[in-house]
Amino acid sequence: MSILVIAEYNAEMDLTSLRKSVKAAQLIGSNIDILLAGNDTSAFATAASHISGIHQVVVVEDSILSQPLAENHTLVIAKFSADYEHFIFAATSWGKNVAPRVAGTLNVAQFSDVIDIESADVFVRPIYAGNVIAKVKACCAKKVLTIRGTAFSEAELGDSAAEIKKVSLSDTNYSFDAGLSHFISEELSKSERPSITAASIIISGGRGMQNGANFSILERVADKLGAAIGASRAAVDAGFVSNDMQIGQTGKVVAPNLYIAVGISGAIQHLAGMKDSKIIVAINKDEEAPIFQIADYGLVGDLFDIMPELEAAL
Amino acid sequence: MKILVPVKRVVDYNVKVRVKTDQSDVDLNNVKMALNPFCEIAVEEAVRLKEAGIATEVIVVSIGSILVQEQIRTALALGADRGIHINTEQKLDSIHVARLLSKIIEAEQPTLTILGKQSIDADNNQTAQMLAAITHYSQGTFASKVTIEADKVLVIREIDAGLQTIALTLPAIISADLRLNEPRYASLPNIMKAKRKSIEMLEASSLDVDLAPTFELLSVSAPVQRKGGVKLSSVAELVDKLKNEAKVI
Repeated sequence: MSILVIAEYNAEMDLTSLRKSVKAAQLIGSNIDILLAGNDTSAFATAASHISGIHQVVVVEDSILSQPLAENHTLVIAKFSADYEHFIFAATSWGKNVAPRVAGTLNVAQFSDVIDIESADVFVRPIYAGNVIAKVKACCAKKVLTIRGTAFSEAELGDSAAEIKKVSLSDTNYSFDAGLSHFISEELSKSERPSITAASIIISGGRGMQNGANFSILERVADKLGAAIGASRAAVDAGFVSNDMQIGQTGKVVAPNLYIAVGISGAIQHLAGMKDSKIIVAINKDEEAPIFQIADYGLVGDLFDIMPELEAAL
Repeated sequence: MKILVPVKRVVDYNVKVRVKTDQSDVDLNNVKMALNPFCEIAVEEAVRLKEAGIATEVIVVSIGSILVQEQIRTALALGADRGIHINTEQKLDSIHVARLLSKIIEAEQPTLTILGKQSIDADNNQTAQMLAAITHYSQGTFASKVTIEADKVLVIREIDAGLQTIALTLPAIISADLRLNEPRYASLPNIMKAKRKSIEMLEASSLDVDLAPTFELLSVSAPVQRKGGVKLSSVAELVDKLKNEAKVI
């Protein structure tokens, strides 16, 4: 039973989601390869080869693969599909874009946001905004999964390195350009703060923030705690902040050590993205707000009084 | 330009679903159903493209029992021109839906197909991508802006770290994210008008698609509930608890 864990190249050499995918793969079997497609990836490949428990890192390089386009990357993965039964992606925006296209190409089902693996074909995943946990047994011969990062720890890094196998397909007339899409640009949110999927403390604002400018109140507290800033869907919907800050069913899923929900009522869609946080603090003027039902510590009051006070107390 | 918008009937987003006592499935008896919120955004985008004179026809398609015609009517009231109902009582997975929709694309040849990025019941986020794979079309998922430019469509996508702009060759498949637009409410005259629009009914079994189950649902369960904690009286008390009890700061 061979397992292919698909790496998402990044110039920052961040192996976090890849190591979590490997950890998940280890629950299926031990014959694990990593596939890394990109251009000029050798440093990343070397770093990935130190992840414990993998057999080899398969590297495919082509200038077209430096662009993160699903159509082209699917062609690479499909090329190797005969050799593997399992295809594991991290449930990042890239993984969610590519994995179903791979499944569609292989004409099989895909299992999204898997939070536990009981055997090679039994997977556990949340549905209905995490209000229900489903355990499913996959029937297809090929299994394509995306893995929810908050549910798995990172596979260890070891001293010994797995083999790096560079696959060249330049002489086979096999093109990785599907000719369907072109990358134009990326506008990345710049922040000195940690990203919300990596931060150990997150402060999130909701509709109660009233406007985008008021998020500076949260930023000042975040600066003192080294925290990331998140938001509820209501705050994104109202145009206060950008979508990459959204935490919840249709945004990012996080599980930091400390989650401070400010002016967030606690709709089930928001809870779906943060209820696995270790400690939850709720600050809301409505003492009936559902967020208090899951918060370890609650403060009932006006956030515009409480947050400056908190800033001063830290 | 024809636009196809596949839509799904789902449990209303305000409903907190419950697990059946035998844990065999979720209990959907007497639960309020609605058009999936992201599908509503997809319909709105198609209707706006028609209002802008770019699209000539907006076709809505849904799959399921006769009840999904309710959601097709909702989409027609929002401005879609006609509906297609693929009739089946079978529980379907995203890959089945994508296979069925590919047959509609084959027949209708839409230039653009716009779907919601994810349904709020299964939370799969798969159908658009699978449909793009099966039809060999380009895909622009998690779209927050869609602009037609000659023979291409520019899509601004919501990605983890910000925004990404890509250009897709037409025909293309697009999945709508939250910020693509703010859907309108159907007006009463439009609701009345929608009753006279046509809905064509096709049998899923007639479309020559493999609908064999892809997984067996072994069980469903309620997640472990967090216990509520304590309400504190002051910021000082909170800082003390975080430092000395929870030890997280």
